[in-house]
Amino acid sequence: MVYQSFLIKYAEIGTKGKNRYLFEDALIHQIKNALKKVEGAFLASKESGRIYVQAMSEYDYDEVIFALQHVFGIAWICPMLQIEDKDFEHLKETVTNYVDEVYPEKHFTFKVESRRADKQYPIHSEQMNRDLGEVILKAFPETKVDVHKPDVLLRVEIRKVVNIYSLMIPGPGGMPVGTNGKAMLLLSGGIDSPVAGYMIAKRGVKIDAVYFHAPPYTSERAKQKVVDLAKQVARYSGPIPLHVVNFTDIQLYIYDKCPHEELTIIMRRYMMRIAQRIACKTDGLALITGESIGQVASQTVQSLAATNEVSSMPVFRPLIGFDKQEIVEVSQKIGTFETSIQPYEDCCTIFVAKHPVIKPNLERIRKSEEYLTEKIEEMMESAINTAEMIWCD
Amino acid sequence: MEAYFDNSATTRVLDSVKEIVVKTMTEDYANPSARHKKGMEAEQYIRRARAEIAKTLKALEKEILFTSGGSESNNLALIGGALANQRAGRHIVSTAIEHPSVYNPMEYLEGLGFEISFLSVDGDGHISLKELYEAVRQDTILVSVMYVNNEIGAVEPVEEIARVIKEKNPNTLFHVDAIQAYGKYVICPKKQGIDLLSVSGHKIHGPKGVGFLYIREGVKLKPMIYGGGQQNNLRSGTENVPGVAGLGVAAREMYTDHKAKVEHLFELKDYMMDGIKELEGVTINSKKGDKSAPQIVSVSFEGVRSEVLLHALEERGIYVSSGSACSAHHPGVSGTLKGIGIPQRLQESTIRFSFGMFNTKSEIDYCIQVLKELLPVLRRYSRK
Repeated sequence: MVYQSFLIKYAEIGTKGKNRYLFEDALIHQIKNALKKVEGAFLASKESGRIYVQAMSEYDYDEVIFALQHVFGIAWICPMLQIEDKDFEHLKETVTNYVDEVYPEKHFTFKVESRRADKQYPIHSEQMNRDLGEVILKAFPETKVDVHKPDVLLRVEIRKVVNIYSLMIPGPGGMPVGTNGKAMLLLSGGIDSPVAGYMIAKRGVKIDAVYFHAPPYTSERAKQKVVDLAKQVARYSGPIPLHVVNFTDIQLYIYDKCPHEELTIIMRRYMMRIAQRIACKTDGLALITGESIGQVASQTVQSLAATNEVSSMPVFRPLIGFDKQEIVEVSQKIGTFETSIQPYEDCCTIFVAKHPVIKPNLERIRKSEEYLTEKIEEMMESAINTAEMIWCD
Repeated sequence: MEAYFDNSATTRVLDSVKEIVVKTMTEDYANPSARHKKGMEAEQYIRRARAEIAKTLKALEKEILFTSGGSESNNLALIGGALANQRAGRHIVSTAIEHPSVYNPMEYLEGLGFEISFLSVDGDGHISLKELYEAVRQDTILVSVMYVNNEIGAVEPVEEIARVIKEKNPNTLFHVDAIQAYGKYVICPKKQGIDLLSVSGHKIHGPKGVGFLYIREGVKLKPMIYGGGQQNNLRSGTENVPGVAGLGVAAREMYTDHKAKVEHLFELKDYMMDGIKELEGVTINSKKGDKSAPQIVSVSFEGVRSEVLLHALEERGIYVSSGSACSAHHPGVSGTLKGIGIPQRLQESTIRFSFGMFNTKSEIDYCIQVLKELLPVLRRYSRK
């Protein structure tokens, strides 16, 4: 069966009242963006409150479904058979052929649900349901009608053209990216942060990312791994500008001046500050981290409070209540897990103390940071100004 | 300045190798098994390479089997050798410091029910002939020992090993992984009592993806690749003509003016070791003299993690390996460094410098200079 078009069903954005068009336009934009990566020409359009994708050339079905399954905002993808309206006899024949081809195994129950947008059509919907049902029963005696819980719900819509569809392929849900502002993701090479980015993008937020690179303590391969992860998240979120900040000097400066057991916490506070400043410059409205309570010393509630303090922007931590296994499951689903477990060190672990503080005292941390007053401001500015931007698509 | 000191990982190909590779890809590109004239012309490259290589080993042409490289040669020798000879016994002997492409096939064979004994090594990386003598039994079908260790450059006394093996059991086959040795030593398998010998092309300034296995006439192996029956049915698949031709040229070049080439490497190595000795907190794991390979200098830098030093050197254009490049995918303990009894903390601080014919003394001067600058800084910032 070659489908010429797909009906895109969306869930949540249908409820947005007068802003609905904004959401629909964003969804169409994201669909177009996703289909750019698929060979073939496609038309995505809005028509009487519904979104259609029309194939304008030959294409690979699996590729299109794969692409659409990465577009947030899509609840269901329905491959449709579209025919010109000739007469009812022709329609009967087409429906029979459709059923024959799509369901080679005929032991199923079904129900026909037809709709006339074109009220001029000579046959009423009810009549059409009965007639088409009869035709199917006659052609395939193994089938049965079940109007309450059918295995197959066959829809026939009479519009300018006639749409026939019954398959519903689940989309990723969520809201179209671009409908909810932009946030800055602190991306490390680990399992958690790509998942956090995915989850916030799912709510329609555009993603920028920042990665702290610390050569020679972290390698070019560690950086490549983060670029790969950003690209994998970008399959869902759309292109991600990745800001690579050279963090070595700041890290060594903190090492020289501050108590060793506070190193990680202070370092993370400076990461948040830098991320926030870059976010300000790029119209970001929030920060995103992959933190989850208690996972490591720097993610105890006290540590989270200490790093949170330096950000005036809201910090989104979508994984905060997740167990590691739950995070792993999402990362496997979105395909970042394999990349995340490559064994390259990230800058958080290189100087980590044997016994880092797990209940940092804010007063003391602030005091320790005073030792950095002389140069830190200048170093942060320089790190931000020399950051490299990598477009991850 | 750039200094490529990672020649035991791979080498830059010679210009003459590049030329023949391009020529066999763009001009004489026919299938060497094709019946037509163009096919025969392609076949000539393989014949020539086989002849060149056989000459360097004083071996027969038919004793050279082309493979996809060192790993395949080792796999075929061990697995193919074990499977073809299992009626005579199911016991195999190897050492604690082998490369993963020997060690992992052994593990595979163990899974098939073969019994494997691993010989220990002393502080210099040498096996004990006495231990070997005791390990070889009536049902020992195969002994596999590497010629030159890839991590520290220790050279095993293959000739004596062969003598000990044959004395205890004349039917036992002796396989030598010569991947780091071929091109550096004059190897004569027949005289040295070697039955199987693995070689890789890209360690001797030849192309990647090609190597050979020397198989002494009369030794039986079970093939691992089945198909069109090329190379006497022992390894099917259209021959890699560009690779084989390139390998032939590289082999010829390595053994032309061979003494001078090896002396150049020894000079570089001694020069490097003298320079390194002057630095503080270093342990050199390689030895001077002919019991250690000319191209490898392994050094442990107290208080510096090898990963970090490697990347710091890379920022200055100096390319080295931590431990061994092949084990870089599995960070952790290196079998060899552990085998020769280097303490854990130094194992994680070990760098391998390995030289090739393109290296110069001034590159070494530069490297020593850079190390002098880097080490104090890197030592200051360490995990507490």
